[in-house]
Amino acid sequence: MTRTAGTARSADAPRSPLLSGSAWRRIIRDRPLIPLVILLVVLVAVLELAKPGIVNGNWAATTMRTAIPLAILAACQTLAMLTGGIDLSVGAVASMAAFLMATQATGQGAVVAIAIALVACAFAGVVNGVAIGVFKVHPLIMTLGMSLVVLGLMSVYQLAMVQSGTLVPDPIQWLGSGISFGFVPNSLVVFVPIAILIVIGLRRSGYGRLLFAVGDNPIAARLSGTRVWQVLVALYVMSAILAAIAGILIAGLLNTATVSLVEQSVLPSVAAAVIGGTSIIGGRGGYAGTIVGALILTVLTTLLTVLEMPEAVRQVLFGAIIVAVAAAYTRVTGES
Amino acid sequence: MSAGIGMVPGARARSGDTAGAWARRNVWTLGLIGLLLAFLALTKVIQPNYGAPGIQGLAISILPIAFAAVAQAIVVISGGIDLSVGSMMALASVTSAVLMKDQGDVIGVAVVVGVLLLGATVGAINGGLVVATKVPDIVVTLAMSFVWAGTALLILNTPGGGAAPWLMAIISGPLGSPWLPKALIVLAVVVAVVWLPLRRSTMGLALYAVGSSRLAAFRSGIAVGRTKIIAYALTGFFSAMGGLALTASGGVGAPVPGSYTLQSVAAIVLGGVSLAGGRGGVLGPIIAVIVLALVRIDLTFLGVDPNLSTAIQGVILIGVVMFGSLVAMRKVRA
Repeated sequence: MTRTAGTARSADAPRSPLLSGSAWRRIIRDRPLIPLVILLVVLVAVLELAKPGIVNGNWAATTMRTAIPLAILAACQTLAMLTGGIDLSVGAVASMAAFLMATQATGQGAVVAIAIALVACAFAGVVNGVAIGVFKVHPLIMTLGMSLVVLGLMSVYQLAMVQSGTLVPDPIQWLGSGISFGFVPNSLVVFVPIAILIVIGLRRSGYGRLLFAVGDNPIAARLSGTRVWQVLVALYVMSAILAAIAGILIAGLLNTATVSLVEQSVLPSVAAAVIGGTSIIGGRGGYAGTIVGALILTVLTTLLTVLEMPEAVRQVLFGAIIVAVAAAYTRVTGES
Repeated sequence: MSAGIGMVPGARARSGDTAGAWARRNVWTLGLIGLLLAFLALTKVIQPNYGAPGIQGLAISILPIAFAAVAQAIVVISGGIDLSVGSMMALASVTSAVLMKDQGDVIGVAVVVGVLLLGATVGAINGGLVVATKVPDIVVTLAMSFVWAGTALLILNTPGGGAAPWLMAIISGPLGSPWLPKALIVLAVVVAVVWLPLRRSTMGLALYAVGSSRLAAFRSGIAVGRTKIIAYALTGFFSAMGGLALTASGGVGAPVPGSYTLQSVAAIVLGGVSLAGGRGGVLGPIIAVIVLALVRIDLTFLGVDPNLSTAIQGVILIGVVMFGSLVAMRKVRA
């Protein structure tokens, strides 16, 4: 009964002057960015109503400054989720990058320290990719195990390096926390190229299409000549390097580095990708939505802080919103 | 070939043949039992003083994780996954600790029953959302882990409350022989009373069927949605058991979920439960929890940095899973 009603409405839709339910549905399905941006604007409007005068150039800069590392971590999840995987090791890997960089910077200088951090993270990514691509270990388990390994090794390393202390180099602090002209966060220098590369790369490059193909139907991808394991190894290496960049930015933002600095951002990074419209089953999604998703989560956190909600209520609402948004997507895309 | 494959356990009992088939079906669990005995022997070699008190301490310390592993095993067997196990444990722990503080035995028992019902309800809500929204299990339970953890924090902001003395007594100390810790008996009794009859029932068969293939289960006339909700409710129930065990072993309610969710996933994978669903049991995960705890104890006895033992546990987890999938790949090729 309801099914018939649904089809009838969709046939009428083009003639209707106002946007009917099914027209909305089509917009959410084909252009998920539009409702996401509307949601973001509504949240900002509510924030301004809750505390008039809060929304200004400086607010925009601090919001972006907080959202950018989250958006980069969410890029890891977006890419992994497109292939039907997930990368739960981003928190440990990003923390490793931050901590390695901060401890090595005291003796070796900033450039060498960052290089060491990136190489270590890339190695973790290679191990993830080989285990998932070649040995067919479930991505959830592999990246979970990897985060245990990385966290354990870094704790040992921390004890060994206890005398050297940590130092976040000035350029990194400038990059992570600096704001130019009163409204432009300096981390955009890093983020804009990454975002452009991922958004365009996913749509236009052959590798981008391979990610979608592997996630959509791995058997079909393999039968049409894709070396799935190579795609996956490259993916998890990329994910680890992106996580490293996010970790270094967070170290610059907070001017501190510990072995579990980024751990609490792992679940929000998955949430940002899900809210942005990337399917955890694989084959559907994109990075533009994820960026808006990260902004939405950041503004939401600010809003709940301004409303003086206790941390507990914030968590409950956070969870409820993720379920609601994911349910809305599933409804309109008709995936099961 | 004909014996034991795709059969209801014990449907065609023929001695000898079925014993072999049972061993073949449970080769992973038998291997784990061997590993457990090997580690117990190793512990005794490393630390000759290790004896009954050590075993009792071990049993109490693994009790919450063991219940979490059973909870996770049930939902994964039915084809789902529940990332909110740790949060549900925290919720059960604080609820029981707040309600039980300075109350009599009668109220204490009522609280335990109430908390178990609460756990089952909370789990059913998870399952209901998964079924109703058709959002992948991992996303729903990830989001719900925030919700339940937040609710636990609302009930109790910092560790507090109290546990009834009888609840603490029920899991501490031995029963009869000093080698038989009460905590292990509690675990065995709860699992035997709740899970074993269920597994033998039509409902249990439905759980495995839905986990193996939703479509085939649906076409065989199984109410897939209802089965999933029941699986999640059971997971909530055992998570609540884990929460009660946390309260009983610590004496206070713990509002912040530890790493129990991730530990439960690790334990079931080591315990031979397939993440794809439909395969495995609850004995394997429980033994895996004990083996992992023994590894940690042995490393501590050997003077290894406890941080490094976290890394070693990760390596064991990855290694065992790689080994398992290599075996599976061999089988497919052969």
